[in-house]
Amino acid sequence: MKTKKFNYRIVDVALLIALFALVFLADQFLPTYDIKFKVLQKGAVFALVAVSMNLLNGFTGLFSLGQAGFMLLGAYTYAIFTIPNEARLSVYKYYTMTNSAGEEIGGLVQLVLPMGIAIVLAGLVAAVFAYFIGLPVLRLKSDYLAIASLGFAEILRAICQWKGLGTLTNGSNQLRMYPYFNSIMPYFLIAGLCIAIIALLIKSTYGRAFKAIRDDEVAAEAMGINLAKHKMISFVISSFFAGIGGALFAMYQNTIQAKPFTTTLTYEILLIVVIGGIGSLSGSVIASFLYIACSEWWLRFLDTEGVIPGLSRNGFRLVVFSAAIMVIVLFFRRGLMGDKEFSTERIVNGVKSIFSGKKKKTKEVE
Amino acid sequence: MKNLLKLEDVTMQFGGVVAVNNLSLEVNEGEIVSLIGPNGAGKTTAFNVVTGVYEPTNGRVSFDGKAIVESYPHGKMNRLYAGENKGVYKKHIVKTPDKITKLGIARTFQNIRLFKSMTVLENVLVAMHMRRKSNLFTATFMLNYKEEKANKQKALDLLDKVGLLDVKDELATSLPYGKQRRLEIARALATEPTLLLLDEPAAGMNPQETAELTQFIYRIRDEFGLTIFMIEHHMDLVMDISDRIYVIDFGKMIASGVPAEIQNNELVIKAYLGVSEDE
Repeated sequence: MKTKKFNYRIVDVALLIALFALVFLADQFLPTYDIKFKVLQKGAVFALVAVSMNLLNGFTGLFSLGQAGFMLLGAYTYAIFTIPNEARLSVYKYYTMTNSAGEEIGGLVQLVLPMGIAIVLAGLVAAVFAYFIGLPVLRLKSDYLAIASLGFAEILRAICQWKGLGTLTNGSNQLRMYPYFNSIMPYFLIAGLCIAIIALLIKSTYGRAFKAIRDDEVAAEAMGINLAKHKMISFVISSFFAGIGGALFAMYQNTIQAKPFTTTLTYEILLIVVIGGIGSLSGSVIASFLYIACSEWWLRFLDTEGVIPGLSRNGFRLVVFSAAIMVIVLFFRRGLMGDKEFSTERIVNGVKSIFSGKKKKTKEVE
Repeated sequence: MKNLLKLEDVTMQFGGVVAVNNLSLEVNEGEIVSLIGPNGAGKTTAFNVVTGVYEPTNGRVSFDGKAIVESYPHGKMNRLYAGENKGVYKKHIVKTPDKITKLGIARTFQNIRLFKSMTVLENVLVAMHMRRKSNLFTATFMLNYKEEKANKQKALDLLDKVGLLDVKDELATSLPYGKQRRLEIARALATEPTLLLLDEPAAGMNPQETAELTQFIYRIRDEFGLTIFMIEHHMDLVMDISDRIYVIDFGKMIASGVPAEIQNNELVIKAYLGVSEDE
């Protein structure tokens, strides 16, 4: 067949541009207290963290559950280095110190960085910690790696709440008054850029090496891939972007505290990865927005008493939400996207095959 | 003829079981050498020692004149050691499999181990990752596009040579068995080896496929200037193709020589057919 092939890539790019245009419009017209505003912000943050987790769990085959810990590091690094000096005294009111001139100052760090640099620093701090945690932890496999990384994340959280580090982390008190974006676009731009870098990495020769390790460690090593080195690269890069995700999360929340960075947060991200499809970046992104919209927005009405007589009350949406997730996991066993990426070409072909009605059936049987 | 691979007194003991016992052998440049023996004789274990998967309990493996693996019984094994030549080797050299592959020893596996989520072409490209000149940064931001392009061309040439070009975009695991074996060899060749270790390349093949494989092995040896060391059970293939044969049983070498000598060796026949009870 020599018919001119329609280039679906252009449609993909157009869709992406349209998405950002919508975000731009949302910024203009949505009031900041609107739930959709929050959903979009949080969705972008979680998309980035889910993609970073997918790089590790889906593409390198390392089942790590330390994502919340690295987010925490990123969030704290960002907050600590961006609180304006004049605000530090009130933020660190329980941990004031006196400087060499004898004046009272709030907290140890008196250095204020621009937002952009602080965001990158947040990633770097998470990456450095990942390196040192990775040295012992990456020798473990599967479940053991998961348990060890989970443990490290919990230890990090406990350390952040420790009084002894109060002058740095403000103990179990909040860090606040740091700058944040009061619009949606910056979240989308930063998360989008980071996700694009991860996508490029996966497409590169290193990405192929990661997938080789996931598919068969023994064969990968026999093909000359240094396991320790490549696992470390994946772990450090994943943590770097989780750190940046943490910084964005801190901005989204306006105040930050170690308390929300529990294993529950990691499980939420893992759930997004699983729902989206292990090994699909676009799946993680789509699932992230669906998940956040579902948990924060669409099911919100169930919390009002009387919507469903006798049943609906505060917290009821979580019951429905859990049931919905169970249904998804049961019917989309490999996630919404499997290990495929989003492309209009696939959708068009899929729709075509539904109408022709033949091919699709045989494929589903497989 | 130059000596390429040399095993000296290699002993591999797992707990109380001596899987490979005092094995010494040589593979010279350009030769096709076979290692045969009954099931469980320790052939694959010997391969795993050469490729760095296992660290031998005692002995030395040299490649191209340099020791790549050397060990002596230490720790708990010092007490348990049941082999010979204890105390001959004093050094402790351990290399991970990827380092050994980099030196120029490539291998295939007894039970095919292709990267199952990848296409045929990607499987070959993975093997080229090791010889990359790009680093993480240049690779991510596609600054190494020249190298990528060259590698892709090289991979396509390689697939053409092994006759898999027409299936290059198919999933590796969707290929028929014989082609999967070929792909495994092609993937090993992509690491640019001088010595190729084949672990039962004809396993599960019918006589016709085996005959094709024989021709294939000859062809790749000449085309890529390879030395081949293989484990095989198909006697017709082994007798046909090998320059020399080593026979091991219960980890110990029981015979070595050219195919004609091995065919008539009494110990070999006994090992394969078993000893009758009244003996």
